[in-house]
Amino acid sequence: MTDWLFLTEVFLAGLGSGALYAVTGVAFVLIYKATRVVNLAIGEILMLGGYAFFGAAAGWHLPAWVALPVAILAGALVGAVVERGLIRPMIGESPISVFMVTIGLGSILAGFVQIVWGADPLRLPEFLPSAPIFIGEAYVAPKVAYGFLAAMVVVTAFVLGLRFSRGGVALKATAADQAAAYSVGIDVPRVFSLSWIVACGVAAGAGVLVGAIGGISPTMGVFGLSVLVVVIVGGLDSMAGALVGGLFIGVVEAFAGTFLGGEYRFLVTFSILILILMIRPYGLFGTHEIERL
Amino acid sequence: MTEAARDVILDVEGVSLAFGGVRALTDVSFSVRRGSITAVIGPNGAGKTSLFNTISGFYRPRSGNIAFDGRSLAGTAPPERARLGLARTFQNIALFRGMTVLDNIKLGRHAHMRTGLLDALVYRGRARREELELRAEIEERIIDFLEIQHIRNAPVATLPYGLRKRVELARALAMRPRLLMLDEPVAGMNREETEDMARFILDVKEEWDVTILMVEHDMGMVMDISDHVVVLNFGQVIAEGGPAAVQADPAVVAAYLGAGDLGRRLSGPEAA
Amino acid sequence: MRIGTLKTSYAADEALFDTRLQKLLILLACAAAVLFPFVASPYWLFLACLCAINVASATGLNILTGYTGLVSLGQAAFMSVGAYTVAVLEIHAGTPFLLNLLVGGLLTALVGIGVGIPSLRVKGLYLAIATIAASVVLHFVFAHWPLTGGMQGLSMPPARLFGMALDQPFQLYWLILPVTGLMVLGAANLFRTRVGRAFIAIRDRDISAEVLGIPLLRYKLMSFAVSSFYAGLAGGLWAYFFRVVTPESFPLVNSIFYLAAIIVGGMGTILGGILGAVFMTMVPELLKFVAGLVTPFYPDALALLAPVRTIVFGSLIVGFLIFEPHGLAEIWRRIRRFFHLWPFRT
Repeated sequence: MTDWLFLTEVFLAGLGSGALYAVTGVAFVLIYKATRVVNLAIGEILMLGGYAFFGAAAGWHLPAWVALPVAILAGALVGAVVERGLIRPMIGESPISVFMVTIGLGSILAGFVQIVWGADPLRLPEFLPSAPIFIGEAYVAPKVAYGFLAAMVVVTAFVLGLRFSRGGVALKATAADQAAAYSVGIDVPRVFSLSWIVACGVAAGAGVLVGAIGGISPTMGVFGLSVLVVVIVGGLDSMAGALVGGLFIGVVEAFAGTFLGGEYRFLVTFSILILILMIRPYGLFGTHEIERL
Repeated sequence: MTEAARDVILDVEGVSLAFGGVRALTDVSFSVRRGSITAVIGPNGAGKTSLFNTISGFYRPRSGNIAFDGRSLAGTAPPERARLGLARTFQNIALFRGMTVLDNIKLGRHAHMRTGLLDALVYRGRARREELELRAEIEERIIDFLEIQHIRNAPVATLPYGLRKRVELARALAMRPRLLMLDEPVAGMNREETEDMARFILDVKEEWDVTILMVEHDMGMVMDISDHVVVLNFGQVIAEGGPAAVQADPAVVAAYLGAGDLGRRLSGPEAA
Repeated sequence: MRIGTLKTSYAADEALFDTRLQKLLILLACAAAVLFPFVASPYWLFLACLCAINVASATGLNILTGYTGLVSLGQAAFMSVGAYTVAVLEIHAGTPFLLNLLVGGLLTALVGIGVGIPSLRVKGLYLAIATIAASVVLHFVFAHWPLTGGMQGLSMPPARLFGMALDQPFQLYWLILPVTGLMVLGAANLFRTRVGRAFIAIRDRDISAEVLGIPLLRYKLMSFAVSSFYAGLAGGLWAYFFRVVTPESFPLVNSIFYLAAIIVGGMGTILGGILGAVFMTMVPELLKFVAGLVTPFYPDALALLAPVRTIVFGSLIVGFLIFEPHGLAEIWRRIRRFFHLWPFRT
């Protein structure tokens, strides 16, 4: 007989990690929409967030509610510096060159973290309530549940904020046509900066949650690969796609990991990726760009 | 085949093209006589470039047929059309920026060469012979003819606009054209450059025995050198005939006057 | 300095090396390559072989990415196909090594064509990501297929020539260097012909290339085939060189390494692939050397080697892309130009 309770628990755990994919995916999409940059370093920025939290909480003995903003600020700061120093000079270069710049950046960040905190995996100090949580009869690890909630709050805030704020309109205009947006008075460079600052801050915050659940290590950046799958499946320029894609990939990974074994996780997600590229290359919710001669 | 049909090199018959709901071409029919210079004119957005792209095979018409040399082109992919002798230039100059002028011109011959991958890797025998023959032919027939000896090794990205247009013409000539399609060959050129280009086009027709179909806004040049003019407006053929007849056609005048200052261009030759 | 072009035939003008000085330099380089093994220590021979293997693979990637504009993050995975093929043939069939290498290359070319099929529908970044996906799948296959020895991988016997085992860098040098030399020559030849021009046309403006007579899918797949053939050969050489092939021998980072090599060297130039691969291979050695020098004063230097290497690797990619996007080949060209005009302009 099928063990429905167990399946539910796996499903919920999948949603939990999927929510973290979703929130990182949203950060990824934000950068892509505003600047057309595919930021492969998002995984490393997430990692940096986890380490910044560790540094603040374990190193400086700050309480978690201070350390978390510190981590987010650290991410935002890195975002600002990267946008100004590395991305802005690359405006007008081929997308692939910019993509490679972010790969190089990821490498630099990974090396930096390793020099400061060493190569061994670390555990973040506990800061989330640890009372067990049950949904119906199904047990959910408390960290996963809180991570899910926090991620969903951020994603919702994003979607609403972009729909109803001036910044959201500016972002949409910039995404549609940079030159036109600039000529009607939208400060496109500021949209560039802000999107990087906000996205990297969010990614760093997500890093704290990811680190709280699974610990932190200099190889944490591979999280970025899963996020890449998520945004391709959802569509590079779609926030809703990142949300749906994130939850979907999270659940798929949970089931593949449970029933096939951990080493199948990547195989399954990347097979989905190949399938999507074959049948819907611009993702479930992405925009298809038309070519002209 | 009747005498008249043999005389036609390109026959466009009832071609319609739509992008989503937007109709770019509606039931366009006309034919190009062998050895002629035929011009397609019309206000901006009339569908001239769409027509060229359909003839090249880049767009697939919703209905209608295009026949080249009595043979229907339906189902023929763009590269194959190039091999049949349909050569063209592009409105916004599609030269390959990473190549020199010489390589751009050589590229035109691609469809007529036979070098395969293995030949290419060793560069002996056929590959070498073919490349050297091509080089000699391009130097002696095309580069000398178009007077671009001095820039043959320059990267195209460094060239001024007028020369780029000339290099594009050179590349089209290297394609062994039977029908040469020129998309706005003198757009953006000054008087002198325009006259040079007009001379080259006439020379190509005479010396190379090539039929020419061109899209052009410069009415002075169109009226001076073309044998036959087709007028498009909103994707439809509104007039067709000799330059003088078309110019006097009230429908044409109305179309251009409706399109603002282009009306003045139409009366260009008299003014000049 | 150079005072003019005095060529009297088109053949002379189309030659790969067209000045007498260039020919002389090439001759000297060949002579140096022949003499090198007799004077160099095993360490330097080891490095020379490694450089040559990386040059072979980077040149292959350059054909695909630098010349055809199809970005691949699968070069290392393609190399693994060649390496495993060679290892399996050597272990189970014992066929001559040149045949093994060739089979490895051809099989990899087939895999490359398979990976390239989406390239007509997806391009740019999406294609790069598709090649990452292909790498993941290939890694999984090699890690789980009994024939390829699972996670343990395969240990293989050395290549044999007339009963002599090629198991030292000194002997392998005579295998690896000539093969690499031929591969580079082949690539250079390719771009003197219509095939190479078609690749470049696809990179610069693929849709107009099609109207000018180039069937896109055929040439994109051809580029994938040549590039992965090169990767397969390089992987085969790698297998003969290290003689242990495991799924972890060719991680994604290596694919990034080759991409970085052609960026640093100069995309779309043959010289760029060579310079970039050699440079990127030598940088870690240089760092090791520096760490050795620093150790007496700063004992932890060796522990920092790995992260510093990662940082330097990333900085080279970023730095070249921002400050010298045409890479080392462009720097070399500038130096040459300087001497063409010297002493009249300095």
